[in-house]
Amino acid sequence: MKIDFTLNGEQREIDVTPMSRLLDVLRCDFELTGSKEGCGEGECGACTVFVDGKAVNSCLIPVAQMQGREVRTVESLASNEMLSDVQQALIKFGGTQCGICTPGIAMMASAALEAEPNASRARMRELMAGNLCRCTGYQLIIDAVISAAEARRRHG
Amino acid sequence: MADFLQPQTLHAALEARAAHPDYLPIAGCTDVMVGFSHQAQPTGFIDLFGLAEIQGICADDGHISIGAATTYGDILKDPLVYESFPVLSEAIREIGAVQIQERGTLGGNLGTCSPVGDTLPVLLALDAQVHVASSKRGSRLVPINDFIVGYRKNALAEDELIVEIKMPLAPEGTQQYWRKVGTRRAQSISKLMMCVVGRLNGKDVEHIRIALGAVAAAPMRVEKTEAVLAGQALHEETILAAQDTLASEITPIDDVRSSAVYRKEVACNLLGRFLNDLGGA
Repeated sequence: MKIDFTLNGEQREIDVTPMSRLLDVLRCDFELTGSKEGCGEGECGACTVFVDGKAVNSCLIPVAQMQGREVRTVESLASNEMLSDVQQALIKFGGTQCGICTPGIAMMASAALEAEPNASRARMRELMAGNLCRCTGYQLIIDAVISAAEARRRHG
Repeated sequence: MADFLQPQTLHAALEARAAHPDYLPIAGCTDVMVGFSHQAQPTGFIDLFGLAEIQGICADDGHISIGAATTYGDILKDPLVYESFPVLSEAIREIGAVQIQERGTLGGNLGTCSPVGDTLPVLLALDAQVHVASSKRGSRLVPINDFIVGYRKNALAEDELIVEIKMPLAPEGTQQYWRKVGTRRAQSISKLMMCVVGRLNGKDVEHIRIALGAVAAAPMRVEKTEAVLAGQALHEETILAAQDTLASEITPIDDVRSSAVYRKEVACNLLGRFLNDLGGA
Protein backbone atom coordinates (compact mmCIF):
# COMPACT_ATOMS: atom_id res chain seq x y z
CA MET A 1 0.00 0.00 0.00
CA LYS A 2 1.03 3.60 -0.59
CA ILE A 3 1.59 5.84 2.39
CA ASP A 4 2.43 9.55 2.65
CA PHE A 5 4.24 10.97 5.64
CA THR A 6 6.71 13.64 6.62
CA LEU A 7 10.23 12.37 7.17
CA ASN A 8 12.77 14.76 8.72
CA GLY A 9 10.74 17.70 7.43
CA GLU A 10 10.23 16.44 3.87
CA GLN A 11 7.01 15.06 2.42
CA ARG A 12 7.63 11.46 1.30
CA GLU A 13 5.54 8.79 -0.39
CA ILE A 14 6.39 5.11 -0.42
CA ASP A 15 4.81 1.86 -1.53
CA VAL A 16 5.23 -0.63 1.33
CA THR A 17 4.05 -3.86 2.89
CA PRO A 18 1.78 -2.41 5.63
CA MET A 19 3.15 -4.44 8.53
CA SER A 20 6.81 -3.76 7.68
CA ARG A 21 8.59 -2.30 10.67
CA LEU A 22 9.14 1.45 10.48
CA LEU A 23 12.76 0.75 11.47
CA ASP A 24 13.37 -1.41 8.38
CA VAL A 25 11.72 1.10 6.05
CA LEU A 26 13.86 3.92 7.46
CA ARG A 27 17.08 1.93 7.18
CA CYS A 28 16.52 0.02 3.93
CA ASP A 29 14.19 2.19 1.84
CA PHE A 30 15.33 5.63 2.97
CA GLU A 31 18.93 4.65 3.82
CA LEU A 32 18.67 6.41 7.17
CA THR A 33 20.87 3.98 9.06
CA GLY A 34 21.27 6.09 12.21
CA SER A 35 18.41 4.25 13.90
CA LYS A 36 19.80 0.91 15.09
CA GLU A 37 18.28 -2.45 15.84
CA GLY A 38 19.40 -3.72 19.23
CA CYS A 39 16.76 -6.11 20.52
CA GLY A 40 13.87 -5.78 18.08
CA GLU A 41 11.47 -6.14 21.03
CA GLY A 42 11.06 -2.63 22.39
CA GLU A 43 13.46 -3.16 25.29
CA CYS A 44 16.66 -1.38 24.28
CA GLY A 45 15.62 1.91 22.64
CA ALA A 46 18.40 1.89 19.99
CA CYS A 47 15.71 2.40 17.30
CA THR A 48 14.10 5.42 19.03
CA VAL A 49 12.55 7.95 16.61
CA PHE A 50 9.98 10.73 17.07
CA VAL A 51 6.48 10.25 15.69
CA ASP A 52 4.43 13.45 15.96
CA GLY A 53 7.03 14.63 18.48
CA LYS A 54 6.83 11.56 20.73
CA ALA A 55 9.77 9.23 21.33
CA VAL A 56 8.84 5.70 20.28
CA ASN A 57 10.52 2.42 19.32
CA SER A 58 10.53 2.19 15.51
CA CYS A 59 11.03 -1.60 15.69
CA LEU A 60 7.50 -1.98 17.07
CA ILE A 61 5.63 0.23 14.61
CA PRO A 62 3.97 -1.08 11.45
CA VAL A 63 4.85 1.46 8.80
CA ALA A 64 1.23 1.72 7.62
CA GLN A 65 0.45 3.55 10.87
CA MET A 66 2.71 6.41 9.71
CA GLN A 67 0.15 7.59 7.12
CA GLY A 68 -0.12 11.38 7.53
CA ARG A 69 2.28 11.46 10.49
CA GLU A 70 5.51 13.30 11.10
CA VAL A 71 8.59 11.14 11.64
CA ARG A 72 11.98 12.40 12.79
CA THR A 73 15.13 10.31 13.02
CA VAL A 74 18.52 10.91 14.65
CA GLU A 75 19.71 12.31 11.32
CA SER A 76 17.52 15.37 11.98
CA LEU A 77 19.12 16.30 15.32
CA ALA A 78 22.05 18.14 13.76
CA SER A 79 21.32 21.24 11.71
CA ASN A 80 23.67 22.70 9.08
CA GLU A 81 26.44 20.28 10.01
CA MET A 82 26.16 21.52 13.61
CA LEU A 83 25.52 18.82 16.20
CA SER A 84 22.76 19.47 18.74
CA ASP A 85 23.59 20.39 22.33
CA VAL A 86 22.74 16.85 23.46
CA GLN A 87 25.02 15.29 20.85
CA GLN A 88 27.86 17.66 21.78
CA ALA A 89 27.42 16.88 25.46
CA LEU A 90 27.58 13.12 24.77
CA ILE A 91 30.91 13.68 23.01
CA LYS A 92 32.28 16.03 25.68
CA PHE A 93 31.46 13.67 28.56
CA GLY A 94 32.43 10.47 26.78
CA GLY A 95 28.80 9.36 27.00
CA THR A 96 29.35 6.89 24.21
CA GLN A 97 31.46 3.75 23.97
CA CYS A 98 30.77 1.18 21.25
CA GLY A 99 28.17 3.58 19.84
CA ILE A 100 25.27 1.27 18.97
CA CYS A 101 22.96 2.72 21.62
CA THR A 102 24.09 6.31 21.04
CA PRO A 103 21.56 7.40 18.37
CA GLY A 104 18.69 6.15 20.53
CA ILE A 105 20.22 7.78 23.62
CA ALA A 106 20.56 11.11 21.77
CA MET A 107 16.93 10.92 20.61
CA MET A 108 15.44 9.94 23.98
CA ALA A 109 17.56 12.50 25.83
CA SER A 110 16.37 15.21 23.41
CA ALA A 111 12.75 14.19 23.97
CA ALA A 112 13.24 14.06 27.75
CA LEU A 113 14.80 17.54 27.84
CA GLU A 114 11.89 18.94 25.84
CA ALA A 115 9.25 17.23 27.99
CA GLU A 116 10.84 17.83 31.41
CA PRO A 117 13.63 20.42 31.20
CA ASN A 118 13.91 20.57 34.99
CA ALA A 119 13.98 16.83 35.63
CA SER A 120 16.12 15.70 38.56
CA ARG A 121 18.91 13.20 37.95
CA ALA A 122 16.71 10.41 39.33
CA ARG A 123 13.81 11.42 37.10
CA MET A 124 16.14 11.66 34.10
CA ARG A 125 17.30 8.11 34.76
CA GLU A 126 13.66 7.03 34.80
CA LEU A 127 12.93 8.86 31.53
CA MET A 128 15.98 7.20 29.96
CA ALA A 129 15.21 3.73 31.38
CA GLY A 130 14.11 2.44 27.97
CA ASN A 131 17.58 2.93 26.48
CA LEU A 132 20.05 0.19 27.29
CA CYS A 133 23.82 0.58 26.95
CA ARG A 134 25.50 -2.83 26.80
CA CYS A 135 28.84 -1.12 27.55
CA THR A 136 27.11 0.07 30.76
CA GLY A 137 28.29 3.66 30.36
CA TYR A 138 25.24 5.05 32.12
CA GLN A 139 26.94 7.48 34.51
CA LEU A 140 28.61 9.47 31.74
CA ILE A 141 25.46 9.34 29.60
CA ILE A 142 23.37 10.80 32.41
CA ASP A 143 26.15 13.31 33.24
CA ALA A 144 26.01 14.49 29.62
CA VAL A 145 22.22 14.83 29.57
CA ILE A 146 22.14 16.67 32.91
CA SER A 147 24.87 19.00 31.66
CA ALA A 148 22.90 19.75 28.48
CA ALA A 149 19.85 20.51 30.64
CA GLU A 150 21.87 22.88 32.84
CA ALA A 151 23.33 24.64 29.80
CA ARG A 152 19.83 25.17 28.38
CA ARG A 153 18.72 26.69 31.67
CA ARG A 154 21.76 28.99 31.76
CA HIS A 155 21.19 30.18 28.21
CA GLY A 156 17.42 30.41 28.60
CA MET B 1 -0.01 -9.36 1.51
CA ALA B 2 -2.14 -8.92 4.62
CA ASP B 3 -4.97 -6.43 4.32
CA PHE B 4 -4.61 -3.28 6.44
CA LEU B 5 -7.75 -1.25 7.25
CA GLN B 6 -7.59 2.22 8.77
CA PRO B 7 -11.14 3.21 9.68
CA GLN B 8 -11.51 6.92 10.45
CA THR B 9 -14.62 6.62 12.62
CA LEU B 10 -15.79 4.18 15.30
CA HIS B 11 -18.76 3.33 13.08
CA ALA B 12 -16.44 2.39 10.20
CA ALA B 13 -14.25 0.41 12.59
CA LEU B 14 -17.23 -1.60 13.88
CA GLU B 15 -18.42 -2.24 10.29
CA ALA B 16 -14.93 -3.44 9.40
CA ARG B 17 -14.85 -5.68 12.46
CA ALA B 18 -18.23 -7.22 11.59
CA ALA B 19 -17.20 -7.75 7.95
CA HIS B 20 -13.80 -9.24 8.86
CA PRO B 21 -13.99 -11.13 12.15
CA ASP B 22 -10.71 -12.84 11.27
CA TYR B 23 -8.79 -9.55 11.12
CA LEU B 24 -6.78 -8.56 14.17
CA PRO B 25 -7.70 -5.22 15.76
CA ILE B 26 -4.45 -3.39 16.61
CA ALA B 27 -3.51 -0.20 18.46
CA GLY B 28 -0.02 0.62 19.79
CA CYS B 29 1.35 -2.77 18.59
CA THR B 30 3.83 -2.99 21.48
CA ASP B 31 2.88 -6.65 21.92
CA VAL B 32 1.73 -7.55 18.39
CA MET B 33 5.02 -6.50 16.77
CA VAL B 34 7.28 -8.49 19.11
CA GLY B 35 8.46 -11.51 17.14
CA PHE B 36 5.85 -10.64 14.51
CA SER B 37 7.71 -12.03 11.51
CA HIS B 38 8.20 -15.41 13.23
CA GLN B 39 4.52 -15.98 13.95
CA ALA B 40 1.48 -17.13 12.04
CA GLN B 41 -0.08 -13.95 10.72
CA PRO B 42 -3.71 -12.97 10.49
CA THR B 43 -5.14 -12.25 7.05
CA GLY B 44 -5.68 -8.62 7.92
CA PHE B 45 -5.53 -5.85 10.51
CA ILE B 46 -7.93 -3.16 11.71
CA ASP B 47 -5.88 -0.20 12.91
CA LEU B 48 -7.43 1.66 15.85
CA PHE B 49 -4.38 3.68 16.94
CA GLY B 50 -5.21 7.38 16.98
CA LEU B 51 -8.95 6.83 16.41
CA ALA B 52 -10.18 10.02 18.09
CA GLU B 53 -13.61 8.67 19.10
CA ILE B 54 -12.05 6.07 21.40
CA GLN B 55 -9.35 8.32 22.86
CA GLY B 56 -9.51 10.59 25.86
CA ILE B 57 -10.51 10.63 29.50
CA CYS B 58 -13.75 11.97 30.97
CA ALA B 59 -15.57 12.03 34.29
CA ASP B 60 -19.33 11.55 34.61
CA ASP B 61 -21.87 10.28 37.17
CA GLY B 62 -19.38 8.91 39.63
CA HIS B 63 -17.15 7.25 37.05
CA ILE B 64 -14.01 8.01 35.12
CA SER B 65 -13.95 6.64 31.59
CA ILE B 66 -10.80 6.11 29.56
CA GLY B 67 -11.06 5.57 25.81
CA ALA B 68 -9.64 2.22 24.67
CA ALA B 69 -7.09 3.85 22.34
CA THR B 70 -5.82 6.36 24.91
CA THR B 71 -2.07 5.85 25.27
CA TYR B 72 -0.48 5.18 28.63
CA GLY B 73 1.48 8.40 28.14
CA ASP B 74 -1.75 10.40 27.91
CA ILE B 75 -3.25 8.59 30.91
CA LEU B 76 -0.15 9.43 32.99
CA LYS B 77 -0.54 13.13 32.17
CA ASP B 78 -4.13 13.22 33.42
CA PRO B 79 -4.45 14.55 37.00
CA LEU B 80 -8.00 13.16 37.23
CA VAL B 81 -6.67 9.61 36.91
CA TYR B 82 -3.76 10.17 39.27
CA GLU B 83 -5.95 11.69 41.96
CA SER B 84 -8.74 9.12 41.74
CA PHE B 85 -6.80 5.98 40.87
CA PRO B 86 -3.16 6.38 41.93
CA VAL B 87 -2.69 2.61 41.55
CA LEU B 88 -3.48 2.84 37.84
CA SER B 89 -0.92 5.61 37.32
CA GLU B 90 1.67 3.71 39.35
CA ALA B 91 1.12 0.52 37.36
CA ILE B 92 1.34 2.34 34.04
CA ARG B 93 4.53 4.12 35.05
CA GLU B 94 6.17 0.70 35.34
CA ILE B 95 5.04 -0.59 31.93
CA GLY B 96 8.06 -0.71 29.62
CA ALA B 97 9.59 2.76 29.50
CA VAL B 98 8.58 6.09 27.93
CA GLN B 99 8.81 4.77 24.35
CA ILE B 100 6.38 1.94 25.16
CA GLN B 101 4.09 4.19 27.21
CA GLU B 102 3.71 6.57 24.24
CA ARG B 103 2.29 3.69 22.18
CA GLY B 104 0.64 1.18 24.53
CA THR B 105 -3.07 1.54 25.27
CA LEU B 106 -5.48 0.30 27.93
CA GLY B 107 -7.64 -1.27 25.20
CA GLY B 108 -4.59 -3.11 23.89
CA ASN B 109 -3.79 -4.55 27.32
CA LEU B 110 -7.40 -5.80 27.60
CA GLY B 111 -7.45 -7.10 24.03
CA THR B 112 -4.23 -9.09 24.49
CA CYS B 113 -5.41 -10.25 27.94
CA SER B 114 -2.05 -11.69 28.91
CA PRO B 115 -1.56 -13.20 32.39
CA VAL B 116 1.18 -10.56 32.82
CA GLY B 117 -0.87 -7.62 31.48
CA ASP B 118 0.14 -5.03 34.08
CA THR B 119 -3.03 -2.93 34.12
CA LEU B 120 -5.39 -5.92 34.46
CA PRO B 121 -5.02 -6.58 38.22
CA VAL B 122 -5.55 -2.84 38.77
CA LEU B 123 -8.72 -2.79 36.68
CA LEU B 124 -9.94 -5.89 38.56
CA ALA B 125 -9.30 -4.29 41.96
CA LEU B 126 -10.95 -1.04 40.84
CA ASP B 127 -13.99 -3.04 39.67
CA ALA B 128 -13.87 -1.52 36.18
CA GLN B 129 -16.38 -2.17 33.44
CA VAL B 130 -15.43 -2.67 29.83
CA HIS B 131 -17.65 -0.88 27.34
CA VAL B 132 -17.70 -2.93 24.14
CA ALA B 133 -19.67 -2.28 20.96
CA SER B 134 -20.81 -4.02 17.80
CA SER B 135 -22.29 -2.43 14.68
CA LYS B 136 -25.39 -4.68 14.72
CA ARG B 137 -26.03 -5.34 18.39
CA GLY B 138 -25.10 -1.99 19.91
CA SER B 139 -22.99 -1.68 23.02
CA ARG B 140 -22.79 -3.44 26.38
CA LEU B 141 -20.91 -3.00 29.65
CA VAL B 142 -19.00 -6.07 30.75
CA PRO B 143 -17.71 -6.25 34.34
CA ILE B 144 -13.94 -6.69 34.17
CA ASN B 145 -14.17 -9.94 36.14
CA ASP B 146 -16.34 -11.42 33.36
CA PHE B 147 -14.32 -9.81 30.58
CA ILE B 148 -11.11 -11.67 31.48
CA VAL B 149 -11.97 -15.27 30.61
CA GLY B 150 -8.72 -17.22 30.56
CA TYR B 151 -5.21 -17.45 29.17
CA ARG B 152 -5.02 -14.65 26.57
CA LYS B 153 -8.78 -14.93 26.21
CA ASN B 154 -11.42 -12.28 26.80
CA ALA B 155 -15.18 -12.04 26.41
CA LEU B 156 -15.07 -9.88 23.29
CA ALA B 157 -17.39 -11.31 20.60
CA GLU B 158 -15.95 -11.57 17.12
CA ASP B 159 -17.89 -8.54 15.88
CA GLU B 160 -17.09 -6.38 18.92
CA LEU B 161 -14.43 -3.80 19.73
CA ILE B 162 -13.42 -2.32 23.08
CA VAL B 163 -14.62 1.29 23.23
CA GLU B 164 -13.74 2.46 26.74
CA ILE B 165 -12.96 1.39 30.27
CA LYS B 166 -15.22 2.76 32.99
CA MET B 167 -14.11 2.89 36.61
CA PRO B 168 -16.33 3.81 39.57
CA LEU B 169 -14.93 6.50 41.87
CA ALA B 170 -14.15 4.94 45.24
CA PRO B 171 -15.90 6.21 48.40
CA GLU B 172 -13.94 8.56 50.65
CA GLY B 173 -11.34 6.77 52.77
CA THR B 174 -10.71 3.95 50.32
CA GLN B 175 -7.05 2.94 50.23
CA GLN B 176 -5.28 1.63 47.14
CA TYR B 177 -2.10 -0.44 47.01
CA TRP B 178 -0.09 -1.68 44.03
CA ARG B 179 3.14 -3.56 43.61
CA LYS B 180 4.80 -5.05 40.58
CA VAL B 181 7.65 -7.45 41.22
CA GLY B 182 10.13 -7.76 38.36
CA THR B 183 13.86 -8.07 37.84
CA ARG B 184 14.23 -4.32 37.29
CA ARG B 185 12.06 -1.26 37.94
CA ALA B 186 11.72 -0.40 34.25
CA GLN B 187 11.28 -2.62 31.19
CA SER B 188 10.74 -5.87 33.04
CA ILE B 189 7.98 -8.36 32.47
CA SER B 190 6.30 -9.05 35.79
CA LYS B 191 7.10 -11.99 38.01
CA LEU B 192 3.98 -11.04 39.92
CA MET B 193 1.65 -8.09 40.45
CA MET B 194 -0.84 -7.36 43.22
CA CYS B 195 -3.42 -4.64 43.63
CA VAL B 196 -5.55 -4.13 46.75
CA VAL B 197 -8.39 -1.63 47.05
CA GLY B 198 -10.12 -1.53 50.42
CA ARG B 199 -11.86 0.54 53.05
CA LEU B 200 -12.19 0.11 56.78
CA ASN B 201 -15.19 0.99 58.91
CA GLY B 202 -13.55 1.67 62.26
CA LYS B 203 -11.32 -1.40 62.65
CA ASP B 204 -13.38 -3.67 60.42
CA VAL B 205 -12.89 -4.31 56.73
CA GLU B 206 -15.93 -2.73 55.07
CA HIS B 207 -15.00 -3.88 51.60
CA ILE B 208 -11.88 -5.18 49.93
CA ARG B 209 -10.91 -6.27 46.45
CA ILE B 210 -7.64 -8.12 45.91
CA ALA B 211 -6.35 -8.91 42.44
CA LEU B 212 -3.16 -10.51 41.17
CA GLY B 213 -1.37 -11.11 37.90
CA ALA B 214 1.10 -13.82 36.88
CA VAL B 215 -0.20 -16.27 39.50
CA ALA B 216 -2.64 -18.15 37.27
CA ALA B 217 -3.58 -18.52 33.59
CA ALA B 218 -5.15 -15.07 33.71
CA PRO B 219 -5.14 -12.08 36.07
CA MET B 220 -7.64 -12.83 38.84
CA ARG B 221 -9.59 -11.56 41.84
CA VAL B 222 -9.05 -13.78 44.87
CA GLU B 223 -12.60 -13.82 46.21
CA LYS B 224 -12.04 -16.55 48.82
CA THR B 225 -9.27 -14.47 50.37
CA GLU B 226 -11.48 -11.38 50.23
CA ALA B 227 -14.26 -13.34 52.00
CA VAL B 228 -11.90 -14.24 54.85
CA LEU B 229 -11.32 -10.53 55.43
CA ALA B 230 -14.80 -9.07 54.85
CA GLY B 231 -16.31 -7.66 58.05
CA GLN B 232 -13.28 -8.69 60.14
CA ALA B 233 -10.96 -6.52 62.19
CA LEU B 234 -7.43 -6.59 60.76
CA HIS B 235 -5.75 -8.50 63.59
CA GLU B 236 -2.63 -10.54 63.03
CA GLU B 237 -4.72 -13.74 63.07
CA THR B 238 -7.06 -12.44 60.38
CA ILE B 239 -4.12 -11.46 58.22
CA LEU B 240 -2.49 -14.89 58.69
CA ALA B 241 -5.77 -16.58 57.77
CA ALA B 242 -6.03 -14.43 54.63
CA GLN B 243 -2.45 -15.32 53.66
CA ASP B 244 -3.21 -19.04 54.14
CA THR B 245 -6.27 -18.80 51.93
CA LEU B 246 -4.37 -16.81 49.30
CA ALA B 247 -1.66 -19.50 49.14
CA SER B 248 -4.26 -22.11 48.25
CA GLU B 249 -6.30 -19.86 45.97
CA ILE B 250 -3.56 -18.93 43.48
CA THR B 251 -1.91 -21.41 41.12
CA PRO B 252 1.37 -19.90 39.94
CA ILE B 253 3.73 -21.86 37.70
CA ASP B 254 7.49 -22.19 37.21
CA ASP B 255 8.57 -20.33 34.08
CA VAL B 256 11.49 -18.35 32.66
CA ARG B 257 10.74 -15.36 34.86
CA SER B 258 10.20 -16.96 38.25
CA SER B 259 9.17 -20.05 40.19
CA ALA B 260 5.85 -21.09 41.66
CA VAL B 261 7.33 -21.24 45.18
CA TYR B 262 8.74 -17.71 44.94
CA ARG B 263 5.52 -16.30 43.52
CA LYS B 264 3.39 -17.84 46.25
CA GLU B 265 5.66 -16.60 49.02
CA VAL B 266 5.93 -13.09 47.60
CA ALA B 267 2.16 -12.90 47.05
CA CYS B 268 1.51 -13.79 50.70
CA ASN B 269 4.17 -11.35 51.94
CA LEU B 270 2.75 -8.54 49.83
CA LEU B 271 -0.77 -9.22 51.07
CA GLY B 272 0.51 -9.11 54.64
CA ARG B 273 2.23 -5.79 54.02
CA PHE B 274 -0.79 -4.21 52.30
CA LEU B 275 -3.19 -5.39 55.01
CA ASN B 276 -0.90 -4.03 57.73
CA ASP B 277 -0.78 -0.71 55.86
CA LEU B 278 -4.56 -0.71 55.47
CA GLY B 279 -4.97 -1.46 59.19
CA GLY B 280 -2.67 1.44 60.04
CA ALA B 281 -4.16 3.87 57.49
